[in-house]
Amino acid sequence: MTSATMTDAPSISSEKYEEKAFGFWIYLMSDAIIFALLFATYVVMLGNTAGGPTGKELFSLERAAGETTLLLLSSTTFGFASVALAASERSRVLLWLVVTLALGAGFLFLEYREFSGMIAQGAGPDRSGFLSSFFTLVGTHGLHVSIGTLCILVMIGQVLVKGLTTPVVSRLARLGLFWHFLDIVWVAIFSVVYLPGLL
Amino acid sequence: MDVSGLPVERNARPYLIGLGLALILTAIPFALVATHALTRLTALIIIAVAAIIQILVHLGYFLHIGFRSTPRENLVAIAFTAVLIIFMVGGTLWIMFDLYYRMMV
Amino acid sequence: MDIFGRLTLDSLPFYSAIAASGAAATVLGALSVMAVITYFGAWRLVLFDWVSSIDHKKIGIMYIMLALVMLMRGFIDAAMMRSQQAIAYNNDGYLPPGHFDQIFSSHGTIMIFFMAMPFLSGLINLITPQQIGSRDVAFPFMNSVSLWLTTAGAGLVLISLVIGKFSTAGWTGYPPYSGAEYNPGVGVDYWLWAVLISGVGSTMSGINFLVTIIKCRAPGMYLFRMPLFTWTVFVTSVLMIFAFPALTVACCMLALDRTLGMHFFTNAMGGNMMNYINLFWLWGHPEVYILVLPAFGVFSEVVAAFSQKRLFGYISLVLATMAIGLLSFTVWLHHFFTMGSSADVNSFFGIMTTIIAVPTGVKVFDWLLTMYRGRIIFKPSMLYTIGFLVTFVIGGLSGVLLAMPPVDYLMHNTTFLIAHFHNMIIPGVLFGYLAGYMFWFPKAFGFKLNEKWGAWSFWCWIIGFYLAFMPLYVLGLMGMPRRMEHYDIAAWQPHLIIAAIGAFIILLGIVCLIVQLAVSIRDRKQALDLTGDPWNGRSLEWATSSPPAPYNFAVLPQVESVDAFWNMKERGVAYERPDHYVEIVLPKNTFIGAFIGGAVFVFGFAMVWYIWWLVILCLAAIVLALIVRASDDQSNITMPASTVQAIEDERFAQLAKAPRNEMGDEPGFVGEPVPEVST
Repeated sequence: MTSATMTDAPSISSEKYEEKAFGFWIYLMSDAIIFALLFATYVVMLGNTAGGPTGKELFSLERAAGETTLLLLSSTTFGFASVALAASERSRVLLWLVVTLALGAGFLFLEYREFSGMIAQGAGPDRSGFLSSFFTLVGTHGLHVSIGTLCILVMIGQVLVKGLTTPVVSRLARLGLFWHFLDIVWVAIFSVVYLPGLL
Repeated sequence: MDVSGLPVERNARPYLIGLGLALILTAIPFALVATHALTRLTALIIIAVAAIIQILVHLGYFLHIGFRSTPRENLVAIAFTAVLIIFMVGGTLWIMFDLYYRMMV
Repeated sequence: MDIFGRLTLDSLPFYSAIAASGAAATVLGALSVMAVITYFGAWRLVLFDWVSSIDHKKIGIMYIMLALVMLMRGFIDAAMMRSQQAIAYNNDGYLPPGHFDQIFSSHGTIMIFFMAMPFLSGLINLITPQQIGSRDVAFPFMNSVSLWLTTAGAGLVLISLVIGKFSTAGWTGYPPYSGAEYNPGVGVDYWLWAVLISGVGSTMSGINFLVTIIKCRAPGMYLFRMPLFTWTVFVTSVLMIFAFPALTVACCMLALDRTLGMHFFTNAMGGNMMNYINLFWLWGHPEVYILVLPAFGVFSEVVAAFSQKRLFGYISLVLATMAIGLLSFTVWLHHFFTMGSSADVNSFFGIMTTIIAVPTGVKVFDWLLTMYRGRIIFKPSMLYTIGFLVTFVIGGLSGVLLAMPPVDYLMHNTTFLIAHFHNMIIPGVLFGYLAGYMFWFPKAFGFKLNEKWGAWSFWCWIIGFYLAFMPLYVLGLMGMPRRMEHYDIAAWQPHLIIAAIGAFIILLGIVCLIVQLAVSIRDRKQALDLTGDPWNGRSLEWATSSPPAPYNFAVLPQVESVDAFWNMKERGVAYERPDHYVEIVLPKNTFIGAFIGGAVFVFGFAMVWYIWWLVILCLAAIVLALIVRASDDQSNITMPASTVQAIEDERFAQLAKAPRNEMGDEPGFVGEPVPEVST
């Protein structure tokens, strides 16, 4: 067959979008395993401070509370964006995506300050096994949040350029799953890392 | 149900309820740590319980996962993942703490 | 900052004749492939019809081509080890220890990650969508990315022969030996990035196959009507999705230790080396089931087709497969019984290991009972299946022995263990994939493989296998450790000489495979598969033409029972001609998958050699490519109904000229059911 007999088809069947959402869900399950193993490693290496600083000396309850609040609020605002999406209200979608982006960026900024502060004090990930596992667990979550923030930016662009087409709606649905999943992981992080560390 | 086949919310209410519950379930453990009001073990248990409940709140109010609204295959996927996490994390902790006890590794 | 990182001219392998010849062979191999393509004027074809294809059938074929090339590459490692050990009694042999260590490391890495995984991904890609009555996998673009990531990983292993060295830390890479302190060179880094990159590809494939099976089945194809191969693929996908994260975590932590000076697995500063072993085998055990389950699926298909009888015990086979899948996550400590755990821990995992043998035993009985009272046709695929049934059970028995911790304390890391796992992988995994390769080759290319050379390949492989590995059981019981570059115990040498002879016979088996392919291509016009159903098959992949149309099925089949195509033949509706065709939407070819693969290859190379500017450049390129793809809403193409009609008309014309049943001349052919061909 020649390409002259083929024409571009803009429309895909609706099953395709269900498949994409289900596939993304399954990817999130594999990501959950990665985080679970990072948590297990953290717990195993809690005592491996090699004479260096412990969590008690390094963590800050106020900063953890700030990070938690920002991320939780950003999940809520993404929810508002989803509600606007269901009502096909383009400008409200954009508004709440921008707010979510700002809150996410705020979380990342706090985390960047936390990490650079620790490194400056000589408590970087190369100081001890405990710190390696802390930086990797919390850092992997932060990396996911960074990627999510980048995706929100890209989707803001797509909404501006293409409007609320079906592919765009489908991508936003998957991004929502990702963003809420990351907040769930954060609940585990403050419950396993920061709070017990500061007790 | 939207284009992705997953339950969709047209109302902001679940998100606000979820936010409220999550804030309470966050404030309690944070307050416990800030005030050191209870023994370490009790505090740890409360932190764990609050975390599990908050995760369920997130699953229900932010992700709208429900036994009737979510497709069966998605629920099976979560259940299977949970079982595997128990095997893998539980097994890891058992093995590594057993080794630590015997070999100080 | 050095623009080339730690790469210098010293990285070229001129320090040793053997290394230099290995490098030369690799470079010459790559150049001759390009020369052949140029000679046939086939660059347009290769690039625009294959490299940029996201058709599951083409991706499947490319995976299998990669696997067969890497089989030869990995076999050379094996032949070198066998010949070295055969002569190295009280002398150093011809391979210095550093080189021998690279060889056993690359042998395992290549055979598992770059031979077996691509082979199974290839067979799954080629066949599974057809078996469930679908037009493609759920995510064709991601499928392409998976293929090119695997190829990128293989490329890193191959280029380590030419620039730098490969790891000497074994295919498992245990720290602290594999850490920066004891192995600061590039070898372990090549290994790490090859494994990590192909692991990401495998995880994505698992997601792809799982969603395809759950969501893309034809109407009426309920889960309990799926063929057994599809069931094993389903469980394999679950294992791929849930096991590979453990490997990713273990290897990323090792990479962080090596590159950023972290202390996950270092000897001091709070490292915990046993955690690597725990995490690695959390992946490693499910991995061997990932390797073997699709092979079990192939055997199920082949044994039914060539016993000319319905597969016995369908439900027990499905339940056994599910049990194997779940149990595979409960046994991983048996890979390190000897490393200090208490009796409670060892006993638990020993008991679980013994239990997991049971569902496989159920499957063996089901296959035997399929053959019982069947009318066996000894096609090469069936020979491989029978060879598997006998030989694999022996390996299983040695496994049950090793499952007992006290026994394992004697056998661990001896050649008894080497014999055991090769006794599972060669008759289990490899024979399964070779059987699948010969069974489904006509479907992929439209002509059958030469059976005489196929049978000879089987006999060489099985005789070679017994000669190469049975002595290793004996040697293990005599106390010979694995991975020995030379030794001074005279009693070992005769066994190692026999093992080397076995390896040579396996080489003949590989030669037979190559000759088989060459002869079959030469004689293809005499062995055409005109109907698409060369073996009087039972499942839906035999309903399509050979090779299938791009869309597989012009009209999606309506499934009414298990053995869906057999059932259609019985009801006389196997080749129904619809009165009209509709347009079909297909994914467009794209180079983005191959581009990402290429960028990831360069990224891996740059990470190995610490060329940081290149690392950042590649990451940016990959992110950009993904954003471009994620913004593309025109990634499909419509094939108009008239084109579909033209393809289908040609197919029905060919069917009219074909023999009633392609197995008609086969001695012992039972004959039912005869497919009706509409005119």
